Amino acid sequence: MEAIFSFSIGLLTAAGVFLTLRGRTFPVAVGITLLSYAVNLFLFSSGRLTINGAAVLGTSEVYTDPVPQALVLTAIVIGFAMTAFLLILAMRSRADLGNDHVDGRLPVELEEKKK
Amino acid sequence: MGLLWIPLLPMLGTLVPLLVARYSRSRIAVYTALLPAIALFLLFIQAPAVFSGEVIKTSFEWIPLAGLEVAFRLDGLAWLFALLILGIGQLIILYARYYLSKEDNMPLFYSYLILFMTAMLGIVLSGNLIQLWFFWELTSISSFLLIGFWSHKSEARKGARMALTVTGGGGLALLAGLLLIGDIVGSYDLSTVLASGDLIREHAAYPIALVLVLLGAFTKSAQFPFHFWLPHAMSAPTPVSAYLHSATMVKAGIFLMARLYPVMSGTELWFLIVSMTGLATLLLGAYVALFKHDIKGLLAYSTVSHLGLITLLLGMNTQLSTVAAIFHIMNHAVFKASLFMAAGIIDHETGTRDMRQLNGLWKYMPYTATLAMVAAASMAGVPLLNGFLSKEMFFAETLHQATLGSLSWMVPVLATLGTLFSVAYSARFIHDVFFNGEPATELPKIPHEPPRFMRVPIEVLVAICLLVGIFPSFFVGPLLAAASSAALGSELPEYSLAIWHGFNLPLLMSFLAMLGGLIIYYNRKYLFRFQAQFPEPDAKLVFEGLVQSFVGNCTRLMHSLENNSLQRYVYLLIFLAMLLLAGPMIDLNATAGHKSQLPLDGLTLIGAIILTIAAVATVLFNRKRMVSLISLSVVGLIVSLAFARFSAPDLALTQLSVEVVTMILMLLALFFLPQNTPKESHPRRLVRDLGLAGIIGGVIGTINYAMITRPLDSISWYYLENSQTGGGGTNVVNVILVDFRGLDTLGEISVLGIAALGIYKLIVRMRLYMPSSDQTGRPWAKGRHPMMLSVVSQSLLPLALLVSTYIFLRGHNMPGGGFIAGLITSVAIVQQYIAHGVDWIKDRLRINYQWLVASGILIAALTGVGSWLFGRPFLTSWYDHFSLPLIGEFELASAMLFDLGVYLTVVGATLMILANLGKLTTSHSPAIKENS
Repeated sequence: MEAIFSFSIGLLTAAGVFLTLRGRTFPVAVGITLLSYAVNLFLFSSGRLTINGAAVLGTSEVYTDPVPQALVLTAIVIGFAMTAFLLILAMRSRADLGNDHVDGRLPVELEEKKK
Repeated sequence: MGLLWIPLLPMLGTLVPLLVARYSRSRIAVYTALLPAIALFLLFIQAPAVFSGEVIKTSFEWIPLAGLEVAFRLDGLAWLFALLILGIGQLIILYARYYLSKEDNMPLFYSYLILFMTAMLGIVLSGNLIQLWFFWELTSISSFLLIGFWSHKSEARKGARMALTVTGGGGLALLAGLLLIGDIVGSYDLSTVLASGDLIREHAAYPIALVLVLLGAFTKSAQFPFHFWLPHAMSAPTPVSAYLHSATMVKAGIFLMARLYPVMSGTELWFLIVSMTGLATLLLGAYVALFKHDIKGLLAYSTVSHLGLITLLLGMNTQLSTVAAIFHIMNHAVFKASLFMAAGIIDHETGTRDMRQLNGLWKYMPYTATLAMVAAASMAGVPLLNGFLSKEMFFAETLHQATLGSLSWMVPVLATLGTLFSVAYSARFIHDVFFNGEPATELPKIPHEPPRFMRVPIEVLVAICLLVGIFPSFFVGPLLAAASSAALGSELPEYSLAIWHGFNLPLLMSFLAMLGGLIIYYNRKYLFRFQAQFPEPDAKLVFEGLVQSFVGNCTRLMHSLENNSLQRYVYLLIFLAMLLLAGPMIDLNATAGHKSQLPLDGLTLIGAIILTIAAVATVLFNRKRMVSLISLSVVGLIVSLAFARFSAPDLALTQLSVEVVTMILMLLALFFLPQNTPKESHPRRLVRDLGLAGIIGGVIGTINYAMITRPLDSISWYYLENSQTGGGGTNVVNVILVDFRGLDTLGEISVLGIAALGIYKLIVRMRLYMPSSDQTGRPWAKGRHPMMLSVVSQSLLPLALLVSTYIFLRGHNMPGGGFIAGLITSVAIVQQYIAHGVDWIKDRLRINYQWLVASGILIAALTGVGSWLFGRPFLTSWYDHFSLPLIGEFELASAMLFDLGVYLTVVGATLMILANLGKLTTSHSPAIKENS
């Protein structure tokens, strides 16, 4: 179980990093979202994996570690706020600059400038 | 306490000129002088104690752990400098009142001047090395402001920049040196440092510390080869030149050497560096001064030369030479300040400072001429004037040193040569300006005597020259003794302050210098002709060239690293992170730990397979954005299922509701962005990115595997044990959020609120780009609000609100709480927006989301503050059990109020983002509102 969990985190990280390296804003936002999934799962798993052990007193024999869960809970909400900020920034930069490239100008324009 | 007020009063005085700016010029000057005058008075009150050898100290703790304190310390040396700063400062204030024209911003000038005065007092009175350095840099900055005061002149700006670069750079070296000294001694306290001379001199780092400290001192005191900034600082108004660049600031380096004399001096290295630098500066300055046609230029190089003389004296390692150095510091400050002021008067009343035009001024301003001639004679070292006394002491000391071995005879000879040139340029100053024919006919103004009070400062200073020169032991004996013994840190050597010591070698040297100087001046035209063969190097051009080539090189380096491509930066960042993460993993022998692992079950495997497919699909179809987005939502769902599977119901609920709002948000954003990504990445870049992504994914996965297969020792058991007894809840995750770590949560909802506000501001100024069709050219559907959706969502709303209330209320004991309930409420309301449109909602829901966020954070914060009322720390929680008829027993906890704050903030922030974004397409757009 642990191996497959770690594999998933690795995969999400790889996918997230690849998309973060793209040149347009929307794939970057998607990539950051994937990365935040990976980060949240990673942090969560620092309390180790437990099945049927929710940290609600009186419901089970063995409890899982509640601290990483509390950390990740707020991280999810803040992650949403950050994704939202990123997306609005992307929209704003498209509106102001006329394109959706992360550098605010198209590579073609740069080439022309060099000439 | 009196000591503290001496630097504090001028510090407050910095503001005075600005506050009284509307009064007349004379009143501004009077008010400005007031506080420094009181400080001067306080200084005199301390005099008896200081002269009896007492060291007065006062200090306050600042950052005790770092050895930092605000400490002031007054001994003889500090007293002498404070007297020069405050005393000459008073004269400068008076002089500047008449020097500045009506167009100059006088209050600002005075404010800068007093700021400088404060900084300078701070240096000499500091009882802590770091504090001393702070004031040291403050003098560099205030001097920059003063040199560049006439900022419309290019040379003033360039001169100011050069002075700041040189002295500021030296200041950095000084900081390093002082830190080293502090490190060696173990304290930055000046008295402790001064008592640790042997410790410092024997330490291996002594040469480094010495060179660094001397770099600071030499740059500040314009010693060769850093002397070039001082003549260019002469583009400052003349009061500044008289004050900073002759009497006080350039003496700061000298002061530092004298201050640290007991700990740094006495070694061969000190002698070699300090005395040779001083000698070179003395000769160079004296020689160049003769050829300057600008009066202030001549005086500037003369200052350089005299500073070199003092440095040479300090470097000679004998006690008497130090006494002579201190004596010359006083004398030079007095005669040079008066000479600068005289030069300022000449400039002011004739309109030029060029000695080729200025001749024969004796007829027009005999009174000023007399004063200037006395001061110049003192500079040349004519008997019965103060300059003569310290020069005789200087000559005597050059004869008494032997550190250069058999070459020691060169020092007195070269010293005589330097003085010879100083006689020559003094003669030129007197003869060229006041005699030597008639002034050139095209002088900008007709020369005349200055206003009465403009001469007063010069009269005072020239009187001091004479009084000290004729009755030395009566006027300066005690002061010199106090200052010298403080500088030496030991008993005073035998010396006598008399005008006549009989016929001896120093007197002969003086005589030779006088005679030689006059001969040289008489034959000056041959020397000028000789000197004319050398092209004069302009330090300004050289310096600017150096600065520009430095900046150019930096720019080139930056351009090669920084190509304005975010992709490259992100790549480098992740690449470095990968290296840092992978390094330690190599040292880890076994990947898997010893913790017993969970068995793999079919359901989880299916989940993992779906996640894999969805994640790969998100990447593969990343250019078809809609497809990519749908795959992403699948990933998010599986992640929330994973939370549910691994005993985190709260996280599962949160992730699920966040997933919904995120997807709505991304869909909305996609409406305004291109639907597809063009194909533009070069295959090589794809391979490169894939390689990095694969490696970092592998590294992260491995780290995670290594971590979760190792046994856990956690602080969490405390929370599990105390959750119910301490926080009154059985859902430990929620109790941690609203109780144990409530302060963190308060911070987090604040971040949420700030992010939402930032987004709102971004939306408000957005210029819309609204597509009327999708990418294939099909127009968007007209029927906006399908009836089925409207009806169903309308009936769902109360149910959703009920669920969110239930989730909120049970949060303390069961999975749920403010975060989740807030998200559910938001989703329910957003659904209404989708189903009915903004117009419909607007009439029914009148909530200002900004207010909602603010009140949420306020409620949470006030809940925390509430515990103060009961004398408990911030955010202490309270709970109790109550019973009501019909309902039965229930529990109330202050944490619930806190959770309400969380709830309101989450609802407010989420809706502020989504609703405002949704409104962009309608007539209620915040952007339209703002613009209209």
